Amino acid sequence: MSPSFGRGVMTNHIVDMKNTDCALIMGSNVAENHPISMKWLFKAKENRGAKLIHVDPRFTRTSARADLYAPLRSGTDIAFLGGMVKYILDNELYHKDYVVNYTNAAFLIDDKYGFKDGLFTGYDPATRKYDTATWDYKKDDQGMALTDPTLQDPRCVFQLMKKHYSRYDIDTVCSITGTPKDKYLEVLDTFCATGKPDKTGCIIYAMGITQHTVGAQNIRAFSIVQLLLGNMGRPGGGINAMRGENNVQGATDMALLFHIIPGYIDSPMNTTANKDLISFLKAVTPGAAKLPVTNLEELRAAVKEGFPNSGFKINTSKWVVSMLKAWWGEAAKPENNFAYDYLPKRDEKKNYSHIAIFEAMHKGEIDGLFVSGSNPVVGGPNANKEQEAMCNLKWMVSCDLWLNETAEFWTYQAWERPVKNEKVAEKTPADIQTEVFFLPAAAVYEKEGTAAQTGRWVQYRWKGADPVGESKPDLDIIYDLGKAIKKAYAGSKRIEDEPIVNLTWDYESKHGPEPDIMKVALELCGYDTKTKAPVEGFAKLTDDGATACGCWVYCGAMTTLPDGTVQYKPQKRDNKDNSKTGLGLFSNWAWCWPMNRRIVYNRCSVQPDGVTPWPGDAERQLVRWDPLALSDPTKPELLGSWVGDDVPDFLKPTSPDKPAFTSPFIMRADGKGGLFATKTLMKDGPFPEHYEPWESPTAPIINKIALNPAAKVWAPDEQGTSDKYPIIGTTYRVVEHWQTGALTRNLPWLAELMPNMIVEISEELAKEKKIKNGGEVIVSTMRGDIKALACVTKRFKPFNVNGKTVHEIGMLWQYGFKGYATGDPANRLTPHIGDANAMCPEYKAWLCDIRRA
Amino acid sequence: MANKANLYDVSRCTACRGCQVACKDWNQLPAVIEPFTGSYQTHEDTNGDTFTIIKFFESEDPVTGVHWNFIKRSCMHCLDAECVKACPQGAYMKSPSGATIHDPEKCIGCQYCTYACPFEIPKYRKREDKISKCTLCADRVEEGLTPACARTCPSGALTFGDRNELLQQAEARVKYLRKNGFPRATIYGKLELGGLNNIFVLTDTPDKFDLPVNPQPSATIGFWQNWVQPYFGWLIPLALAGSAMSFVTTRLLANKQGEHGHDHPVEGGHE
Ligand code: SF4
Repeated sequence: MSPSFGRGVMTNHIVDMKNTDCALIMGSNVAENHPISMKWLFKAKENRGAKLIHVDPRFTRTSARADLYAPLRSGTDIAFLGGMVKYILDNELYHKDYVVNYTNAAFLIDDKYGFKDGLFTGYDPATRKYDTATWDYKKDDQGMALTDPTLQDPRCVFQLMKKHYSRYDIDTVCSITGTPKDKYLEVLDTFCATGKPDKTGCIIYAMGITQHTVGAQNIRAFSIVQLLLGNMGRPGGGINAMRGENNVQGATDMALLFHIIPGYIDSPMNTTANKDLISFLKAVTPGAAKLPVTNLEELRAAVKEGFPNSGFKINTSKWVVSMLKAWWGEAAKPENNFAYDYLPKRDEKKNYSHIAIFEAMHKGEIDGLFVSGSNPVVGGPNANKEQEAMCNLKWMVSCDLWLNETAEFWTYQAWERPVKNEKVAEKTPADIQTEVFFLPAAAVYEKEGTAAQTGRWVQYRWKGADPVGESKPDLDIIYDLGKAIKKAYAGSKRIEDEPIVNLTWDYESKHGPEPDIMKVALELCGYDTKTKAPVEGFAKLTDDGATACGCWVYCGAMTTLPDGTVQYKPQKRDNKDNSKTGLGLFSNWAWCWPMNRRIVYNRCSVQPDGVTPWPGDAERQLVRWDPLALSDPTKPELLGSWVGDDVPDFLKPTSPDKPAFTSPFIMRADGKGGLFATKTLMKDGPFPEHYEPWESPTAPIINKIALNPAAKVWAPDEQGTSDKYPIIGTTYRVVEHWQTGALTRNLPWLAELMPNMIVEISEELAKEKKIKNGGEVIVSTMRGDIKALACVTKRFKPFNVNGKTVHEIGMLWQYGFKGYATGDPANRLTPHIGDANAMCPEYKAWLCDIRRA
Repeated sequence: MANKANLYDVSRCTACRGCQVACKDWNQLPAVIEPFTGSYQTHEDTNGDTFTIIKFFESEDPVTGVHWNFIKRSCMHCLDAECVKACPQGAYMKSPSGATIHDPEKCIGCQYCTYACPFEIPKYRKREDKISKCTLCADRVEEGLTPACARTCPSGALTFGDRNELLQQAEARVKYLRKNGFPRATIYGKLELGGLNNIFVLTDTPDKFDLPVNPQPSATIGFWQNWVQPYFGWLIPLALAGSAMSFVTTRLLANKQGEHGHDHPVEGGHE
């Protein structure tokens, strides 16, 4: 979503689902994996007559409660959505004013850009990479993009998009997706009706759509649909990325991803472009690369002045320097470039994602592994390979509530397989030299702190019970580890040890050996380095060392109240809805980033003039321009401000005379919603194009390219083909189990609910393969085999793919050999291949075969 | 105290089974894993260690396609409960809020109630030689709390409250559902067996949810006449006999009412 809108976040929030007129649930099984959202979707249904659409390979508990269910073959989402884009454009169902003003539809594209036979311009088959230079706007001499607001110019984004999706006619789409034509049409009619200005529709997605070789482009396709229908930045609209865990949002905010540092800033690399602070800042601040500045002072002056194509990220230097101050305190000073050199630099040529780490481990390149709250022996793709890779480790630390499958990967049990397979390693404990340490962790109710849920709400949770035995909260474990490391390096004079020696790690509590959570929170939210008072919002962060802030997006979560006490806003618990029209913003319940904006890009909820609501939709207007309000009470001379029920996601003083007045996507350089993703925003194309999964039952239908041309192929010999493995396999979770089941399969009442590793198969396939409901089956792929119980169901149906009957089966990936409910991990079947951009593994579409055990 | 009931709206249930776990938690019931039978359903029926379960039904219609129906089953807490009348030991009683409670102290494990109940709810626990079943969390309700299942339900399928108010809500829901894609939607538990304290809003006819379409206490009558009276007549306290008589008369009345009552707008549709 970041390439389309500027931020990679769920744009609305769970309560807001009650405001929708239509919810398209695709690649998500909300009823099972985010049960509470159903409460709000039911409200939308009952109070607004909203329609719920569920698109999924299998009929689930979500489908059971949807108004409309449409099946699609796993891995064909872009075809499905590309057809929707065409339908919207052909039938002029788009929200015209919105599209012209708030998206880049009118922008003209470089004449050299093109698309042919499934490839965009700039492709190099040798490296499987694109040179993205031509994927850019046509610019005038000032560097400003040229536009045609009539949308008629053949080189404008709108026309190029129309041309690109002209191939996605309904028959072609259905021949790819296997969706019955009448169902597809019904979905198109129902959802595209939200393009009317007085209607909004939301998209709800989850791992079903991201875990593909085209995962990021699937989301781009959503973005295009939602921008065309004018659904972004409005209540009941948006793209609701349902996070796979309760704190995934928090984890990514804190940069638990290899390519960013906290607050979604690209992490520095070992390149000349990142060689020192100023070059790094020029590289990560949009529009700054070509500025003739050579030091921080000059950049600061340029930022104050403003420069084109920068958006709100023009302030990046303040976020980076404040972060460096938070990490290295006194040691980060102007003379040493605020200790920029201390920051680890990643190897430009290396990939550090999950698959890459385990591939490297498999080659013996990694000595040690710290696994915390993760269980790759069950949850990792190609789990056989990952388990084998772990044997190459010298040491491993596992930190969990239970001795899970990963902690016990070296046991006899861990190497039991249902059938002999020469491709799968056979080992006994005697073959494994890895030294394994186990740190017992406290459960969620035994610790205190915040979690950022899917809708960006950062909610504080108080402890309910003391941890059991020697188990400790994660924070305590990390804190102790940090202290121990610092102790080991204390007194070192070696220059390479400085980042550790000088690291600030002063979270001592007055009350005991545990860290003081409020000290951690203060560092995260930012403080004045002189007074140690919280910084009141990221607009007040500076790049001269006067402020320190661990993660700029959290700045503003801590505040000094008029009476002088400090309030940590995630602890707020006012459950009254503050919005005048009952939109359910609940702005005083916890806090959400950025700056407590409950619905981001909310500038879009009002017409371009900033005052008039969209026709017939006054109740869902969130913000407006008030010419008489003050944006800053201390500056009464500056009349006019953005105001509203929600915190405006806009610079408050932006007045109608400024060009930015109609640019709602402030985190994007051009301020417009990105129908076309320019330059390096995407690695595999400015428009989403359908490609088959790595393992597909069919030859390409809509173009000549099978696999996403920019996806990295790690192990070509691990690819299965449809002659040997004709059936599509997919994996998913159920409401009864949590992730790899390490937690839930150890709780008797939850184990009782879903005690067995099951494979769901259609009645048709069961008949063909003579499989009995409840009987044992073996599922095999190029990577391994598992044994499971067959659940023969009407809820899976064979697909008609281009005239050919194709079967799909699905299974739970939440089982392993530990706990009360045990079974073979489905991930022993899944491949090591990921998305071209995010490297998210392809868990959802691969080829297999099934037989009676 | 007025009758307090649980309203279960099938159309809002997502079969998450939070209620099933909450029930085991509050009542401290053990987990018993049964062999897999090819469905998500955990147990064939409620049992002595499982007071409430979600049942799953898959079906297919040539026009409307695949359906997956769920229903939460547990004691119906009949206003006029057969078990109360059948138990020779007087182990059953009605709580002030109308829940049917079973006292294990008095239970001798004779299992008559299991035959008497038209919904087959009371279940025998061999290890204790006693009957056990859902109490509608009478202990919680006494303290002003809601039953554990209703407290847990995330999607608003379960509501606990005043029976009459819930009936009104249920009627409104059925009206809504009939207009919105479920022409056969109906209430269950309003008139059945003289009224239940477990009221259902169903999206289809009761048989689609494995509920008896027109539950009858007749089995009990035969049972009483053929077994209890001849062999254990000496055990039957007079009061019980009195209530047995009243039960026969109420049933007669109820049946009569049933014949004429089916033109009620939301009640019909399940014959
Ligand atoms: S908790 Fe509610 S939604 Fe979940 S199964 Fe029980 S009744 Fe249904």
